[in-house]
Amino acid sequence: MTKSELIERIARQQEQLPARDVEAAVKMILERMTQALVRNQRIEIRGFGSFTLHYRGPRVGRNPKTGERVELPGKYVPHFKPGKDLRERVNARPVRED
Amino acid sequence: MAALTKADLAEMLYQELGLNKREAKEIVEAFFEEIRRALENDEQVKLSGFGNFDLREKRSRPGRNPKTGEEIPISARRVVTFRPGQKLKARVESYAGGE
Repeated sequence: MTKSELIERIARQQEQLPARDVEAAVKMILERMTQALVRNQRIEIRGFGSFTLHYRGPRVGRNPKTGERVELPGKYVPHFKPGKDLRERVNARPVRED
Repeated sequence: MAALTKADLAEMLYQELGLNKREAKEIVEAFFEEIRRALENDEQVKLSGFGNFDLREKRSRPGRNPKTGEEIPISARRVVTFRPGQKLKARVESYAGGE
């Protein structure tokens, strides 16, 4: 499901709202979530999950083209922890063991 | 700083988009519910500029009750992983506010 499909699916249930309002709403939600992470504000959506930043320490990497060593500074990366309801629903159908 | 919640997102849609409070709440609810439903149906979710929610299947493996030390098998399961997109990664990477 892409962002435009998500917009269509929400719009189908919200027939009283113009599709462009649903589109604007989805974009605003994603932008607000991004802004939260940009300032290291945790996002907590009950039943869905939480987003936080995790710190990755500095390391020495290599330029894959030249093989040259490059010092990479520490950085923050977004992390998502699925909530209970999402975990259970995704896992509801049995997983095939091979 | 308090966490961002569904109530904050609904308030934003009410204030900035002019939806009424019920519509704003329903859209926020539907946003997360449609993502959950797609994942429940084994459908990957790709939100460009933000990131992808992928599904991974894990085999069963031996586990242990950390309190009692007793061995208990962990069953095979399907899990959701989030892969942040390039744009989101670039925007958070330089966070330097401390904490």
